[in-house]
Amino acid sequence: MFSGRPRAVFTVLLVLVVLAAVTPFLPEYVCILLIQALIFGILAMGLDLLLGYTGLPSLGQAAYFGVGAYAVAILTTRYEFGFFPTVVLAILLSAAVAAIFGLIAIRAKGVYFLMLTLALAMVVWGLAWRWTSLTDGDNGITGIPRPELGFDLGIYINLFYFILFVFILCLGALYVLVNSPFGRSLVGIREREERMRMLGYNVWLHKYLAFIFSGIFAGIAGVLWAYYKNFVTPDDLFIDVSVEALLMVALGGPATLVGATIGAGVIVFLRNYVSIYYSGWPYILGAMYIFTILYLPEGLMGITRRLRRRAKAEKLDE
Amino acid sequence: MSFWIEQTFAGLSYGGLLFLLASGLSLIFGVMRIINMAHGSYFILGAYIGVTVVEVTGSWLLALLLASLAVAILGIFMHRYFLRVLGHGVAAELPQVMITVGFLFIIQQASIDIWGGDPMIVKVPSYLDWSLEIGGIFFPVYRIFMLAVACVMAVALWLGLEKTRAGAMVRASVDDSEMTRGLGINTERLSMAIFGLGAFLAGLGGVIGGGFIGVYPGLDFQILPLAFAVVIIGGLGTLRGAAFGSLIVGLMDTFGKALFPELSYFTLFAPMAIVLAIKPTGLFGRA
Repeated sequence: MFSGRPRAVFTVLLVLVVLAAVTPFLPEYVCILLIQALIFGILAMGLDLLLGYTGLPSLGQAAYFGVGAYAVAILTTRYEFGFFPTVVLAILLSAAVAAIFGLIAIRAKGVYFLMLTLALAMVVWGLAWRWTSLTDGDNGITGIPRPELGFDLGIYINLFYFILFVFILCLGALYVLVNSPFGRSLVGIREREERMRMLGYNVWLHKYLAFIFSGIFAGIAGVLWAYYKNFVTPDDLFIDVSVEALLMVALGGPATLVGATIGAGVIVFLRNYVSIYYSGWPYILGAMYIFTILYLPEGLMGITRRLRRRAKAEKLDE
Repeated sequence: MSFWIEQTFAGLSYGGLLFLLASGLSLIFGVMRIINMAHGSYFILGAYIGVTVVEVTGSWLLALLLASLAVAILGIFMHRYFLRVLGHGVAAELPQVMITVGFLFIIQQASIDIWGGDPMIVKVPSYLDWSLEIGGIFFPVYRIFMLAVACVMAVALWLGLEKTRAGAMVRASVDDSEMTRGLGINTERLSMAIFGLGAFLAGLGGVIGGGFIGVYPGLDFQILPLAFAVVIIGGLGTLRGAAFGSLIVGLMDTFGKALFPELSYFTLFAPMAIVLAIKPTGLFGRA
């Protein structure tokens, strides 16, 4: 979908510009939901690199998200680090954890990979929950200050622009990445691992790098999450975060990047609006998993793809 | 010294409980290549239904039976109407995982709606609710019972798989399910039976575990990674792997919590990393 065609790139840019122009006129809670959607969009796009492009179904993205968030929380509240050192250290830490877990996880295939990433993520959650001297356990860490960048990020609309800016950087970086020879090789590995190996590609290294990149984007999302929410708790890196990221990618459409963000947006907005009227959100969430798999195997992005295919077929008929 | 004996015993009996959960997970994977993310939900559902049956009838044995059967029926329903339609093979693996995640969320909310958010405990009958004293060390009889049930189940499963015709079909299906189908064996019915059996074991584990760790919202998510750790260490699709993995994880988790409470989950990480560094498919698993 979003793979090197100028029209698709133009559409995405247009949507982003419209979003930036319209948001100041929207109610504040919509702005807050957009902030959440963009943050989870970064998390989901990072997972898409791994799941959609490389074919590695990670159920452990919450770990790197959580490391990023907790790093910000601990560095800013305990050690009073400034914005840039905090962000750099937090992202490096997420990358380091991904690099360690990747060494173990990449050895496994298919569902083993899935279970392993989940189990490893639970280790990080366990640390956040039990290592109370560092993380304050169940209570979490409160009072994370918004960064001081010369304009007031305490105002949601300013925070929105800041996060939109980071989001565009991430989207751009991922776009370049998946369209680079490296990204193409990842798709090759997804489709035919053996053949890529025969052709002399270092399959392990490609997967390993994709794993670390994916962890870095999850870390960036975690950093933004901590700054946005001003506090972190072990809940922020529990399994449901990983599992929801998976749904965002599947719902939007794997291997499309923007699809993952659309999936994130749909879930964030639905959750908030449904919760106003109805307390049983998990029922709807659960049904969405089942519905997506049974009826939307290509995700929401697949609908436009299918429509276009049909339009093309009709044109041929004439 | 008594610390080590007590903790070892606690770890072994906890391992017994994990075996009930993980053996089903492992069997289901072995035959159908399905990773059942709702396996922890079967566990809590078993416990919750157990609580209700004990409350209503006063019979703990009846709770054991009814709760396990109810969960088994749910498992068969899920398999029959939602998982079977996705077909077989590698391409179906992730969709199957997602469907079972969907059920996980639905069961989670349903159990909160039905039983509320407060922690509950399955009332253990008085004949199991006492401790045996040997040389100044107390051994809770309930934990001995837990270990005994796990041993009985392990032997029964082993006999069933190794010595019966149905067991031979299951083993054939684990080795090469396409060839097994080709030989005219109804693998669909076999899959259904195995899914039901796996769910039954998880439900049984839930009732038994519910008398010991209790049951509360979120337990499904907490127990699932332990079951995963068991099959990662032991290897998927092998009974022996599930048995050894359960004991290792049970002991590691118990000693980890007692010795390094701040790093409790970390103690699971070390054996997993070591096993995978040596053998990516687990101790007894095959690719």
